[in-house]
Formats: sequence, structure tokens, C-alpha cells
Amino acid sequence: MEGSVAYDNDLNLKATELRLGLPGTHDERQQQQQKPVSNVRNNKRPNGESEAQNETAPPPKAQIVGWPPVRSYRKNNSQPKKTESEGGAIYIKVSMDGAPYLRKIDLKVYSGYPELLQAIENMFKFNIGEYSEREGYKGSDYAPTYEDKDGDWMLVGDVPWEMFITSCKRLRIMKGSEARGLGCDT
Amino acid sequence: MQKKVACSFPDEVLEHVFSFIQSDKDRNAVSMVCKSWYEIERWCRRKIFIGNCYAVSPRMVIRRFPKVRSIELKGKPHFADFNLVPDGWGGYVLPWIAEMAGAYPWLEEIRLKRMVVTDECLELIAKSFKNFKVLVLFSCEGFSTDGLAAIAASCMNLRELDLRDSDVDDLGGHWLSHFPETYTSLVSLNSSCLGSDEVSLSALERLVGRCTNLRTLRLNRAVPLDKIANILGRAPQLVDFGTGTYGADLQSDVFSSLAGAFSSCKELRSLSGFWDVVPAYLPAIYPVCSRLTSLNLSYVTIQSPDLVKLLRHCPSLQRLLVLDYIEDSGLEALSSSCKDLQELRVFPSDPFGEEPNVSLTEQGLVSVCLACPKLQSVLYFCRRMSNVALVTIAQNCPNLTRFRLCIIEPRTADFLTLEPLDVGFGAIVEHCKDLRRLSLSGLLTDRVFEYIGRYAKKLEMLSVAFAGESDLGLHHVLSGCESLRKLEIRDCPFGDKALLANAAKLETMRSLWMSSCAVSFGACKLLGQKMPRLNVEVIDESGPPDSRPDSCPVDKLYIYRSVAGPRFDMPPFVWTMDEDSALQVS
Repeated sequence: MEGSVAYDNDLNLKATELRLGLPGTHDERQQQQQKPVSNVRNNKRPNGESEAQNETAPPPKAQIVGWPPVRSYRKNNSQPKKTESEGGAIYIKVSMDGAPYLRKIDLKVYSGYPELLQAIENMFKFNIGEYSEREGYKGSDYAPTYEDKDGDWMLVGDVPWEMFITSCKRLRIMKGSEARGLGCDT
Repeated sequence: MQKKVACSFPDEVLEHVFSFIQSDKDRNAVSMVCKSWYEIERWCRRKIFIGNCYAVSPRMVIRRFPKVRSIELKGKPHFADFNLVPDGWGGYVLPWIAEMAGAYPWLEEIRLKRMVVTDECLELIAKSFKNFKVLVLFSCEGFSTDGLAAIAASCMNLRELDLRDSDVDDLGGHWLSHFPETYTSLVSLNSSCLGSDEVSLSALERLVGRCTNLRTLRLNRAVPLDKIANILGRAPQLVDFGTGTYGADLQSDVFSSLAGAFSSCKELRSLSGFWDVVPAYLPAIYPVCSRLTSLNLSYVTIQSPDLVKLLRHCPSLQRLLVLDYIEDSGLEALSSSCKDLQELRVFPSDPFGEEPNVSLTEQGLVSVCLACPKLQSVLYFCRRMSNVALVTIAQNCPNLTRFRLCIIEPRTADFLTLEPLDVGFGAIVEHCKDLRRLSLSGLLTDRVFEYIGRYAKKLEMLSVAFAGESDLGLHHVLSGCESLRKLEIRDCPFGDKALLANAAKLETMRSLWMSSCAVSFGACKLLGQKMPRLNVEVIDESGPPDSRPDSCPVDKLYIYRSVAGPRFDMPPFVWTMDEDSALQVS
């Protein structure tokens, strides 16, 4: 490698340099550049610098946006897999046949089926009818169904509540003949 | 003037000859020989690569190349990967799909990188292209598994569906069941980026079982370890496999079926995935390790001794991605086991920690470079570096084509001498004559840029952060690097002078990104005014740049050459400086 080259020859840019930041920040940067870095695990340090470092311990750093340049999906590599439920909430979509848009609810908020069904009745302004294991939901044109982990559409209420909230992926309030078909034995 | 013999060949003959010319560069050269070659060539060009979707408009492409079968498009600037480009910036593919739907009914392949793709786009693709074969969505966003379901349901001839690193709204695994039972053409499926806990295992198993040409299968994290044996059992011909979760309570029957399944995969050359690894299950892959050429352990959070135990079984390894848990000792072991190594990427396990959490330093990289003469591509995150290490690396690995070093703390000096790392990086560009891509870090003055401008004649992409002292640095790069196509700079004291003095250079490049530098709004306007074939875009989320004096520096600047003029889909925080901007701004 060649010896030092005079690199302020042609373009004397420093004199007309436009800088980002307030006056005085340039000096601050130079100070930072000269600060010795000791980021190795062993106790060896560059000669004579350890005292200076102890005196001028830097304040905790703010995180710089986009630095170090690591993609976001790589950022959590020391942690175990997070479940979808952030902080315990289990959000699922609720659709109702004939309604123009879907709603989203947090299943964790309810303690059992009666509460859930009441909430859905209120949300969509209709009546669900009475549930019986044998006959499903009687007395209404609607039947609440859900899609489970295997992709099958099930009637809400057949399985224990705890099993339901972990296997329920989305809710659909079925209407009409489709609904009446559910729960009939013949 | 004498008529040239070449022009008297019938068009069909020339077209046949041109069909052997695949590379874009060569095709472009052919098209410039004479008018008739231009005409013949444009009618028979089947494959188009557009490195910046805003450099040209869909109509212009379709007008010139009416019979395209394969298109590749790139959208957002690279720094979008690190959240430096605000949401809504652009890169929408819908206008392209909409135009191509009418113009290219026989389109077979679409490859996109860093673009915004919606479910509407995917549905349009599914509906419009009857012979659609390849969809690659690399680091894309904006779509859900519903869009994928549309592709699965309609594209009877689909060969490849690769969603690598995309941000997908995963509504559950049932999109897979939209592949009809009669569909058997799948060759490559990469759904590893899907984030939902739910996946339809039965649909997946059936799909894998009936697609006997399947060569690449990369599963997502939701697929549990105990399902791997079943899946591999249906696809022993796989060449490239990515597991889902690779952890579970150790059970000997699960282990032995897993090991058995792996050993029947005689063609397997590449492994990835391995989320949540339980070390006891790693030996199940030993039967295939001796043939492995590529291994992605970048999600494997196990300690160095376990990593080394695995790597010792992989003498044919050419490509390794790993976390810094491997430490210097592990890299030393790697260098003795894997002599054919060509590509090494070491990612930080704790990028935001202030103190190092592992014993990984410049030594690890040096030991690999000393022992692996075929090394070409390096991405290395570490916390200290020295000029002497960089010089050693440069002298022992002259074949490096990609060298990306990230010293985690900005402006970190040579830990031995406390000097800048100019000399070290200078050695890299001087010795590695074929270097195409370089990322700098550490304490760097203008001198490193002088070396780069002088030596890095084949350099195509340069990434700079927290470096340099004055505009001279930028000037060295823009005036010296003849092959430069992409330059991205953040947090450097580069201002107006070098940019304006090298304005013409910018037309020879694909793009320039500068953020948190010292380029003034006035200079941006001037550049936009003087260079009609450049789009000069200012990105500023704090408000219109013309509400401040012209001398104020802009927050982010993206300049790219274009024959399509300024774009029309800019969000409110992007301003374009075109010829009229001097008049518009008051």
C-alpha cells in the first residue's frame, strides 16, 4: 500500500462543506472517533486507555434506526418461538352470512359459550336459539359454526370450552337451510 | 454503400441464432447492431429483467417486447430491508400485472423482489395467464394466503411457488388445499416465511405425495418435527429441504423414523429451517451430511460445540449460514472440515446488545479465509476488526466477489492500533480484483474511498454507513468506480459538491440512496432540473422540504435513472424534483 497521499489536493471541500447538525457537532464526532473501543471479552485493553474510559463512561445508547443492518425476521434469534397470541389474546374473525363485513373478537375475553354467544348476538343483532347436544341450535334460523385446526367446520358448543378456544380458527354464523341442516339427525 | 452479407439472412435464421443468446447483456448488444437486428431481436426476446420498476413503464416494455414469457422486477431500494424506507413508498406491481394480463396471455414466469403485491394481483395472475409456471415473491409484502389460494386453484401448470422472506398475512394453512387433487406439477415450494401456527398437514402431505417432480420444499415453522418423516417419506427425491420446527421432547421412535427418512433422501444437497432446535435431534440428519453443499443454520440457537459436531460431518459444504454462536473456535473447526466453502454468512444473535455475548471476533473470519481458498462471498457481523486481519483476508482470498462486513458499533477503529480501517478495506479492493459487492463499516476516512475509486473497477454495489469526512470521499467513488450500479449511503458527511460534480455518472447507474447525509434541498432541485433522465426523489416524513430554506439538508434522497419520467404513485412524504420543480416551489 502506498504511503499517505495528499487527499485534500483538488477539491478543497472542507471549506465549503455543508453539514448536517448543529454547530459544534463536528467536534463531538471527532471525539467519538478517537475514543478507544474495548469490546472484547478478555481483560486486555489498549495501553493507558482504561482510566480514560472509566471516567467518561458513555450514557446508554439510543437504538439507531436500521442498524445493525439485520432483517426484522432475524432479530429474535435468542428467543423461543412466540405463539400467535400476543399477551394471551386469541383474535379470530367472525363472519355472518349476509353481513357485509367481518368482525374480530378475542376469545380469551369470554369465560364460556354462553358469554361468547351473547356477545355475538349483540354484535350482529340476532338471536341464536337454544343449544342442545342432540339437536344443535333450535328456535332460530342461525347456527354458529367454527373452522377448526384441521379445516373442518364444526358446530359451536360440542367440545369443552378450553379445547374450543385453542382449536377455533374462525367463526361463521350460518343462516337458512344450511343452518337448519346442522343438528338434525335425519 | 455495399449491402452487408449479414442482413441478407432470412429473419427466421437470425431468430434461430438469437435463441441461443440468453444473457440480457448479449441480447442488448445484439439489438444495437442494426435496425433489422433490433426488430428481429425484440420479437423473439422471451425474458426481461427490470432492476428498477420505475426505470421504465409497463407500456414501454410491452411495446418493444411483445412476446415476453418471463419477467423479473425489483421495486424498493435495498435499505427498505432495514426499515429505512417508510411504508407506502411504492413498488406496486399491480399496474404491471394489469398491463401484462392483456398483452402477455402466455406469460409463464413472474419474479418480484421488494414489491408490493396484493391479493388482487395474485387473483389477476391466476385468471390471466393460462400457462403460468413460476411465481417468485422475494421480500415482497401486501398479500395474504387468500391470494395464494387463488394461484393454487387456477394455475394448473404451476412449477414453482417461492415466497422467500416475504411478509405474508397468513390466515392459516388451508390455501394449500386449493391445489386440486389432479394437480401434480409442483417442482419447488418455499413457504418458509409463513407465520401462522396453523398449517393443513393433511393437504401438505397429499400435495407432496402426488407431486413426484418435487425438488425443493421449504416448510414453515408451524410444521412440527414429528411430521417431517412422513413428508420426506413421500418425497425421497428432494434436493433442497427446509424443516419447520426442529424441536420436540426427545422420543426414540420419532428420532429413528426421522433418521430413516433422511437417509432415504439420496439427492438431498441443501438443508434449512431448523427453528427451535433441540440438539439431540440433529444427528438425525447425519446420514445426508456428507453430500450437503448448502446449510442454513441461521435460526439455530445452539452453542458452538454442538454446531461443530454437526459441521464435522459436512465435508462437501459450499455454503453456510450460521449465527455467531459458532464463535471463533467453531469457525476454526469449520475451516478444517469444509475446504470447499464458497459462501459464509455469520449473523448476530444479539445485534442490539452493547456487550458481546459470544466469543466471535475477526479471528474467526481470518481462520476461514486462510484455510478455504474457494471463498467468494462473505457476510460477517462482529464487534471488532483490525487492518492486519483485513489485509490477511485480502491476500488469502483474492477470489472474493462479495464482501460485506458489519462491525456492529458504528465508527469502530482498528482495535489494535486505534487507527481507521482504511488500509484494511483498501487491501480488499486492491487484491480482490473481481469484487462486485462491498459493504463497509468501522472507522473510515475519505482515504478508504480513494482506494475504492482507484482499485474497485469491477465493483457494482457499494454500501456505506457512518463513514468518510467530506465530499471528497463521495467524489472518489463516483469518479473512480467504473462499474458502479448501485450506491447506498447513510449517515455520512457527504453533501452537494460531489453529487453535482458527478451528476452525469448517476445516469450510468441504476440508483443512488443517501439518507442522513448533508445534501441540501437546493442541490436536489438543481439536479432534478438539470438531469431530465434522472428521477430525483426526496423522502421526508417531517413535512414538505420547501417549507424550509434551500440550504437545509434533506432527510432521505433516492435518485435513479428512468426513461419513464417521474412516477405518479408517490405517497405524500415523497417529492420529486423534476424540470419544473424550480417553478413549482415558491
